[in-house]
Amino acid sequence: MKSKKPNALRSVIAHIVLIILSFMCLFFFYILIINATRSHADLQKGFSALPGKYFLTNLMKVANDGTFPMFRGILNSLVVSGSSAAICTYFSSLTAYGLYAYDFKLKKVAFTFIMAILVMPTQVTAMGFLRLVTNMGMYDSLLPLIIPSIASPAVFYFMYSYLQSSLPLSLVEAARIDGCGEFRIFNQIVLPIMKPAIAVQAIFTFVGSWNNYFVPALVIQSKEKMTVPILIATLRGADYMNFDSAKIYMMIMVAIVPIILIYLLLSKYIIAGVTLGGVKE
Amino acid sequence: MRKKRKSISYAKWGYIFIVPFFLCYFIFSLIPLVDTIRYSFFEYYRSGIKEIGPTFIGMQNYTSLLQSDMLKYGANTLILWVIGFIPQILIALLLAVWFTDVRLKIRGQQFFKVVIYLPNLIMASAFAMLFFTIFSTNGPVNSILMSAGIITERIDFMGSVFGTRSLIGFMNFLMWFGNTTIMLMAAIMGISIDVFEAAEIDGCSGFKRFFYIILPLIRPILAYTLITAIIGGLQMFDVPQILTNGQGSPDRTSMTLIMFLNSHLKSKNYGMAGALSVYLFIVSGILCFFVYKMTNDDDPDGSKRAAKKRAKEERRRRK
Repeated sequence: MKSKKPNALRSVIAHIVLIILSFMCLFFFYILIINATRSHADLQKGFSALPGKYFLTNLMKVANDGTFPMFRGILNSLVVSGSSAAICTYFSSLTAYGLYAYDFKLKKVAFTFIMAILVMPTQVTAMGFLRLVTNMGMYDSLLPLIIPSIASPAVFYFMYSYLQSSLPLSLVEAARIDGCGEFRIFNQIVLPIMKPAIAVQAIFTFVGSWNNYFVPALVIQSKEKMTVPILIATLRGADYMNFDSAKIYMMIMVAIVPIILIYLLLSKYIIAGVTLGGVKE
Repeated sequence: MRKKRKSISYAKWGYIFIVPFFLCYFIFSLIPLVDTIRYSFFEYYRSGIKEIGPTFIGMQNYTSLLQSDMLKYGANTLILWVIGFIPQILIALLLAVWFTDVRLKIRGQQFFKVVIYLPNLIMASAFAMLFFTIFSTNGPVNSILMSAGIITERIDFMGSVFGTRSLIGFMNFLMWFGNTTIMLMAAIMGISIDVFEAAEIDGCSGFKRFFYIILPLIRPILAYTLITAIIGGLQMFDVPQILTNGQGSPDRTSMTLIMFLNSHLKSKNYGMAGALSVYLFIVSGILCFFVYKMTNDDDPDGSKRAAKKRAKEERRRRK
């Protein structure tokens, strides 16, 4: 009985703080969505809490603007993020399996090496990377945004921890006795077991690649190859005052809505994934 | 026949499976790294369309970087990181404790968790652009404050050092506190329920519970969060770059190290960019060392080390 009262008070405080924080998180998206549905003239008059009627007009303006090919950008971003997520998870699982299931001389060295580069920022090698990409003739193409994701130490580490907890080596032995080849074991037995880990990491890699700005901004030059973040950034560089501000809101909305939708659909798995990663590390 | 089969070595498959990773890493990270370090010793830049160098100049890039504004940009990075990180870790700890407290019965927990993690997924560049438009002098925030009668004159957020830095710090806070909360929550849920029950029987208050049970027991993950956040802070780029259009305005007080590196890369000043990268490499190398120590540490709470020390002293005393 004694401890009930302070708990009730704490509970009220907790709810108030949570509501304030949620308000802070959602307020900006609310403004974004409202303003994307209003016309430039309306926006100049001041803020209104109710949506306007110009949603489709603004969307058409964004779609038809040749100088900011937004939808082309979304397509590019989808290609880059989709392929990165696919090859990153596949090769990380492959590497993790290689180090987990086999014994070889350089095993320890290889593992230590990957752990040592785990948190090395990509920006450190950016200068050499830019020169290398230029020399290889891949400047201003989407390939250098995709291929390097084969080597992702953090994803590898996640996969390795997952394998440790869920793949008994006797299963591999059994498959071998049945005459299964090593690649077939990996593709048909190990990969299905790793599905939950692959799903989580595929989402994270996709989002990471979708949001990446530093590397694409260095490598991509021409408008029709730009990904969404660079297109958004070029908006900032353009003369802002002469711009249709309704269109800017619409562009930002088009850029972040796909991720929000994916998130709302998969939020359960994403949050579980963060927790999984948090506990393991 | 049977015996021979048993002695088959699968070692080569291990190599085959890890080759793509290492090949890719060597080509796209190691060669660039060596290249970056090599050119840091050269005078090599572009003036107009003319290429100057590469001519070997030794450590000159390094010394001229030290005389330039690099240290100031380093300090900016630190300031921007601190004003975002302190509230982030405090709020995250508070929320994590609340979410895991069974007596507190928070309603709509799932909703709150989904909402606070949302900003972490938003493109930093779009988020920064959104803040730029919302907080501009004739943007919605100013007009809301005006019509509510809180202010009489429009505030120029991006015109003052305080305004710009707070905006960047606020964005970093908003983008990361949800992620940190969920990580810490997972750590607290990993603590055995028996510990809490025992503490309760002994009459442990909420504060004591937090300081004497939760904090010490989640120390490894707290340390991990801290170090990944420091490394993330070192890489701070997207938000200030887009909010200030790459200028770090006003007066370069929001210029971070990576923005500085980016401007050298854009102007094709390869020698300077190389030297700056090496500085960043050294700093992140030191941080990597700590992470490596931590992830491989089988003695995360220091109890083994303490035991060893005690044993050592014991031995000394006996002598």
